[in-house]
Amino acid sequence: MRELALHLLDIAENSVAAGAKRIEIGVDEDAKNDRLRICVKDDGRGMDEEMVARVVDPFVTSRTTRKVGLGIPLLKAAAESCNGYLSITSAPGRGTTLEAAFQRSHIDRMPLGDVSGTLYTLIVAWPDIRWILRYRANGSTFEFDSAPIKQELGDIPLTEPSVLAFIRESLDEGVASLQKEIV
Amino acid sequence: MPAVKSLDELKKLKEEALAKRQAKTTSGNIQITVAMGTCGIAAGARETMRAVLDEIEANNLSGVVVKQTGCIGMCEMEPIVQVETGDSPKVTYGKVNSDRAKQIMKDHVMGGKAVPELVVPNA
Repeated sequence: MRELALHLLDIAENSVAAGAKRIEIGVDEDAKNDRLRICVKDDGRGMDEEMVARVVDPFVTSRTTRKVGLGIPLLKAAAESCNGYLSITSAPGRGTTLEAAFQRSHIDRMPLGDVSGTLYTLIVAWPDIRWILRYRANGSTFEFDSAPIKQELGDIPLTEPSVLAFIRESLDEGVASLQKEIV
Repeated sequence: MPAVKSLDELKKLKEEALAKRQAKTTSGNIQITVAMGTCGIAAGARETMRAVLDEIEANNLSGVVVKQTGCIGMCEMEPIVQVETGDSPKVTYGKVNSDRAKQIMKDHVMGGKAVPELVVPNA
């Protein structure tokens, strides 16, 4: 993976697979304290402790029951190599929150990448899920919530060309105007 | 706080879409599926998806269904795109970068002819 935004896409797909109906994606850029934090919070089925241990490090346990991928271990390694960490808070029936933090100025820190494109892809491909982006940068916030859009549209699909343009432009403009403020 | 596009604007788009729906039936059950497992994402599936959506927007294609799926067991062929039109069998394309996605949209989705050189055999 070449971008943190691609990791966000990958982690969010796990939330979709966990049956989540509401998925919140957070990005927090804090230049003053030199931290960059990303998180994905869902209301999916959650995991027990053993499962959490397994998704974080798939090679320590024999995998017999469920398949687990390499997306989370890769993100964990990326965070830890930049004076950061990866944490997962989860319980069966209570959803999952995954958070990864980085030293923002670290030479090995992956670029944040196309957050807008990640959200656009998720919103259009999983229209029945409520997607929320909360992007903070040095005190300013851009929030995007797919719920009012879907409510307004009723049964008009999100793949209607003019609706695609609306969503794409809303995300691009919101993210770009926030990123202008970041040094 | 950056400005957010207004919902009034969306309301207008909705009315236009409804009018269009009454004017003509949609392009006849086209479904496009982009594989988005970790393997697909790492191979560039987000840009592939973006190219598909950009073509829908640029060519004003109504009624195209766009979906995602996870890893389908052919990680080496990612990004993978599947196209189903009408009653024809599903066609699976491999190594679909943005340019190839655009070609598939033009030739297959709009032109009705599959792109044989990009098809994954026996998929």
